[in-house]
Order: sequence, then structure tokens, then C-alpha cells
Amino acid sequence: MLPVIEFHLNKASGVSTYLQLVHQVKHALRLGMLVPGDQLPTAREVVERLAINPNTVHKAYRELEREGLAMGRPGMGTFVQRSIGGAALVDHARLRSGLAAWVLEGRKAGLDQEDLNAIFSSVVVESFREETA
Amino acid sequence: MNNAVEATGLGVRYRRSWALRDCSLAVPAGRVVALVGPNGAGKTTLLHAVVGLLSPDQGRLTTSGEVAFMAQDKPLYGDFRVAEMLRFGRRLNPSWDGEIATERLATLGIPLKRKVSTLSGGEQAQVALVMALAKRPELLVLDEPLANLDPLARHDVMRALMTSVAERGLTVLISSHVVADLEDTCDWIVVLNRGRVQVSGDIESLRTEHLMLTGPVELADRLDATVIGASYTDRQATLLVRSAGTLDPRWIARQVTLDELVMGYLRSPEAAALPAPVVVQA
Repeated sequence: MLPVIEFHLNKASGVSTYLQLVHQVKHALRLGMLVPGDQLPTAREVVERLAINPNTVHKAYRELEREGLAMGRPGMGTFVQRSIGGAALVDHARLRSGLAAWVLEGRKAGLDQEDLNAIFSSVVVESFREETA
Repeated sequence: MNNAVEATGLGVRYRRSWALRDCSLAVPAGRVVALVGPNGAGKTTLLHAVVGLLSPDQGRLTTSGEVAFMAQDKPLYGDFRVAEMLRFGRRLNPSWDGEIATERLATLGIPLKRKVSTLSGGEQAQVALVMALAKRPELLVLDEPLANLDPLARHDVMRALMTSVAERGLTVLISSHVVADLEDTCDWIVVLNRGRVQVSGDIESLRTEHLMLTGPVELADRLDATVIGASYTDRQATLLVRSAGTLDPRWIARQVTLDELVMGYLRSPEAAALPAPVVVQA
């Protein structure tokens, strides 16, 4: 039986490999390509295709389990637990308008596009670093 | 968890010069380990000591379980047919798993009747890998397995290798002088420089511990971090640092790539990132 999805890697993205796997599962969940009950590809299937360390796949699946999106069943594999619903899109709109207000405020203070980008990305980086620290 | 390899104060001398000096390291079982360093750093000597091809002049080295070795010059006999290589392997190894070997070769589409010398470089590497895996090792040691292979063959060899790691959970130790080759496959790194172990640790922890900082040069003096490497202009400092505390907001900080980390240490041979000695419970 063919696996329901196939992972691919973008080496130029700078995003760590395990996060790329996590993002691709979430993307497939949002688009309905993965639904609850689906089995995710086994670590062996993934590494046989991508030539990556199997621990990287385990780490990605642990992260999906931590977020409640997948569940590992010993000896059977990892299965989709729930889908990502439309609530996420509502959040997007709300966050986006908040960010738009912030950008406007920054421009009024005399910051240009690069200044704003630099502040935004350094805050994002710091926020995630605090989380992993 | 047990350690697959443990070395304490290891030294190997060729005539009057030391190829390895005071090397101590411990590699947990189940890891895929990258052994990197410039040419002449002692990588092959360390691997030969690990697989027992040479005995150290100083120190102690232990490995657990069956060890298989794939040497740099892929030790196959050109005049042998693939099937003869397998028979040869069976005779030399009591734990030989002939079924796995023929199965893998069939999957790879390598006919048993072919003479080894007529196989492509990639196919020869695959046969050598099959031979090593058929010994059912707990520790597989590969010396520059990707050297002289084209990109497709490199990917195929790594796929085969990672698949066996997924299936059997064996420990793998791979040497290379090209860090990028090992970035996606290894989760532990050992940097060897001038015969000494400079770095040994979990790649992800090392990458989160280190940062590349760029900022005004006057900030460099009161930085709360261990500086591994630095380059300065009159006004600007670019620093590779470990375990940074709270940073002045004028620093621009970013994560380092594995390549930058290795280069940073190799350029500062006196710096080291080694774990404190840990007693591992069996």
C-alpha cells in the first residue's frame, strides 16, 4: 500500500529537517489530504526515500503527538489524531490585522521596510529560542 | 543506555610523531556519528583503532558488540563475482546473514553473477555496504564511504544506510572531510583536529548552544559568552560563541549551520566543546 503522503526536503530553506516534516503534515491536514485515522509514513519509509536520520522522523512525530495531532501506537505506527480546522484561518485574519496596525505604527515612527522586517524576524527568533531554551 | 564506543586518553604513535593524542570520547549506542576533520587529522587512525586494526600506544578503548568496517578503498576483489564475495564473507564471519545480503542486492538490482570490477562506483559501494551489514554488526564503521561517488550514488548509499539504522537501530560511525554530506544523516559529531578530539556531542544541542553574533566592536569586551572564533574590523565584531547569557540588543544573533560550527572550531584549535565526563549506567 502506498503511504498517504510523501515528504520532501528543501535544503535551501534553512528550516530544520524535523520542522519541515512537521509543517508538511500540518499542511496536508489543513488541505484535507490527511484525515484522522490515516497512518503517517513509517520512519523506515521516510528514510528510505530521503536518506535522513530516522531519529529526525521520530522527533517530528513526537512533536505532532505533543500538539495532539497524531498518536503513536506501539508496534503499529503513528496515526493522525485530529485535523486542523477552520479556526486557524480565523486566527490568521485577526493576527494579520493586529500586525498591520503595528506596521503602520512603525512607519509613523519613521521605520522603513527593512527596519520592520529586522524587528519582526528578530522577535520571532527570540520568541522561539525562549521556548526551546 | 550503553556507550557504543568509549575512548580514554587514547594515543597512537607512528614512529616519532603522534597521530592521535589524548583522545577521550564516548558515543551513546544507536547514534549516527559524523567523524570530521581536515585531511591528516587522524580520522582513519581513530577508525582503525575503533575496529581493532591497530592497538593504541596509550589509553583505553572499548566497543560493544560486533563491529563491521568499510574501509576507504572499498575492499572488494575485482576478479570476484558478487556471489563469490558473499561466499567469502560467510566463511570469514560466523554471524553472517546471507539472506539479508542477497535480498538487499536483489532490491538494488545488482546481479550476483557480475564481476565486481564491472560494477559502477556506486554499485561497488553498495556491495561493500551489504557485506558490512551482513555481519549483523552493532557498530558499523565507514571510512569516507561517499568519496568518489556521484551525487545520485551518494544519496543511494545514504538511503541504504539510514534504512538499516531504522530497521536495526545500529550505531554508525562515518568519517568524511565534507561536513555537508553528513548534515541530514548524523545526530552526533566528533571533530578531530591535529590528532585531538576537539568537539564531541549531540549535533542539535551543539547547534542550540552556539550563536553567530555580529555587532559593534566595543561590545565584544563585555560579552557574557565563551568566544570560540572571532573576526574584527575597526568597528564590527563577528563572533562564534557558546552558552551566551543575556545579550546586548545591539548584537545581531543567528543560529549557526553545522558547517560554520565545525569551521569555527577547526580555526581555533585550542577551543574545545566536550561533554563533562559522564558515568553511563548500563
